[in-house]
Amino acid sequence: MSGTATNGRRVVVTGIGVVSPLAVGAELTWKRLIEGQSGIGRITHFDPSELPAQVAGQVPDGPTAEGGLTLSDWVPVKDQKKMDRFIHLGLAAAIQAVEDSGWKPEDEDDRCATGVMIGSGIGGLQTIYDGSLTVSSGKARRLSPFFIPSALINLISGHLSIRYGFKGPNHAVVTACATGVHAIGDASRLIQYGDADVMIAGGAEAAICSLGIAGFCSARALSTASNDDPTKASRPWDKDRDGFIMGEGAGVVVLEELEHAKRRGAKIYGEIGGYGMSGDAHHITAPAEGHEGAFRAMKAALRNSGGLTTADIDYVNAHGTSTMADDLELDAVERFFGDDAKRLVMSSTKSAIGHLLGAAGAVEAIFCLQAIRDGVVPPTLNLDNPARESVIDRVAHVAQQRKIDIALSNSFGFGGTNASIILKRFKD
Amino acid sequence: MSDIADKVKKIVVEHLGVDESKVTPDASFIDDLGADSLDTVELVMAFEEAFSVEIPEDAAEKIATVKDAIDYIEKQKAA
Repeated sequence: MSGTATNGRRVVVTGIGVVSPLAVGAELTWKRLIEGQSGIGRITHFDPSELPAQVAGQVPDGPTAEGGLTLSDWVPVKDQKKMDRFIHLGLAAAIQAVEDSGWKPEDEDDRCATGVMIGSGIGGLQTIYDGSLTVSSGKARRLSPFFIPSALINLISGHLSIRYGFKGPNHAVVTACATGVHAIGDASRLIQYGDADVMIAGGAEAAICSLGIAGFCSARALSTASNDDPTKASRPWDKDRDGFIMGEGAGVVVLEELEHAKRRGAKIYGEIGGYGMSGDAHHITAPAEGHEGAFRAMKAALRNSGGLTTADIDYVNAHGTSTMADDLELDAVERFFGDDAKRLVMSSTKSAIGHLLGAAGAVEAIFCLQAIRDGVVPPTLNLDNPARESVIDRVAHVAQQRKIDIALSNSFGFGGTNASIILKRFKD
Repeated sequence: MSDIADKVKKIVVEHLGVDESKVTPDASFIDDLGADSLDTVELVMAFEEAFSVEIPEDAAEKIATVKDAIDYIEKQKAA
C-alpha cells in the first residue's frame, strides 16, 4: 500500500456472510447465482396491489439448512421485537461472517482491536411507519421504548459488538446505495491506520414495505412493466429495462490485517486491493453526463491500489441497477479502461437479486471474492437486447468460467455519492 | 391466583421471554428475570394497555417485582 499513514499494513478478507433473495448463506447464494436463478418475485411482505411496482427480491423464509430465514437461529426470540428487520438481516449476515472467520478475541487487547462498521441506506423504515401510526392514533405515550434503537442505522454495529464483545471502533455508514462499499473501504482504512486489527464491515437493508416501495415509485425509480413476470423485471443494460427492482438482505465481511490473519492461520478469501470515492455535485438522484463521478471513483481506487493499472483488472461487478443510468456507467467504464475494455468482463448481479440498496455493495464485493476463488463470473440475467453495443463482455444469461485475479465493484448512491473497491487474489 | 395475577404473569412471560415457572410473586424483573430498564418501561406500557389503567412514572418506578405489579393493578381496579 502506498502512503505513509498505512505503515504498509495490508488488509485481507477472512470471513463472509450473505443474506439475499436467493438464500440465507454466502455459499448457497453464490451457487444459485451462478446457476442463473432469480430471487425476484411478487411482493408478499405487504399487499402491493395499490402500487405500480409489485415485485421485489425478498429473503425467503424457511429452514436455515435449506437457505431460508429462520430468525430464531440468529436473534433470540425475546430480542427480535427490539429490532427492525434490517437489523435482523444484518445480524444474520454478520454472525455468518464472524463464525466463518473463526475469529474469537481471547483477551481485552483483542477485543479492543476488533471493531464493527455495518451500515444501511435507509434503516428501520417499517418501524418508523408503525411508530408513526401509534403516535397519530393518539397513543404517543404507548410508543415502545425500543422504537428509537430499533430504527437507528448504527444498531447492527451496536448489537454485534454487544454479542461478541468487540470493543474497537463502532461505526456505521449511511450513503444510500453506496453504503456497502463505503463500509468495507472505510473499515479497511481503519485497519491500515491502526485503529483496529479486525473490522466486521458491510451493509444491510429491509425497505420492502409499503412506505419504501411507494417512495421509490414516486421517485419513478422502480420497474413497473414486469409485475406479471417478476424474474424478467431486473434487466441491466437491456433495451426493455424500466427501473430497478428493490431487494433486501445483507452482506458482511471480516476484514483483517494480514499479519494478524497469518498468525492465527485464518483462511484468506482475498485482499482489499484499492478503494476510491467521489461526489457528483450534480443532482439528488441522477448521475452526471458520462457518469464522470463513477469515472473518478474508479480512478481513485486505482490510485490507492499500490500500482495496479486497468490492464490488471479482469472483472467489474457493475452498479448496473436496470435503469437508464446503466449506460452512463458503461460509458464511464469504457472510457476508464480504454483499450483494456476489450478483455474485460462485466456483469450486474442485480439482475438476479435486485438492488439491495445499502447492502448491495457489500454483497457484490463478496461475489467478486467468490468469482476470484472459483474462477466463475456470475451472469447478467435478462440481457436479451443490449440497449447499446459495447466491446465489454457483459456475461449475458449464463455464468462464464474464467480466471479472475482482480475484480472491481462499483456502487453509486442518491445524493451523488460514488465508491469503487478493488478485490484481488491474495499473494503473499 | 386472581385473574389479574394470571394476566400479569402471562404478559411478563411474553415480553421477557422467560419460563413461566420463574415468574413467581417475589421475582424481580431486573434481578431475576433478565429485564433491563427499557424492558421494564415496555412492561409497564403493556400492563397499562392490558388493564386499561394509567401508571404514572413515579408509580412505575416502584414496580420492581411481579407482586408489585399485581398489587398496584388490583388497587387501581378496586378504586
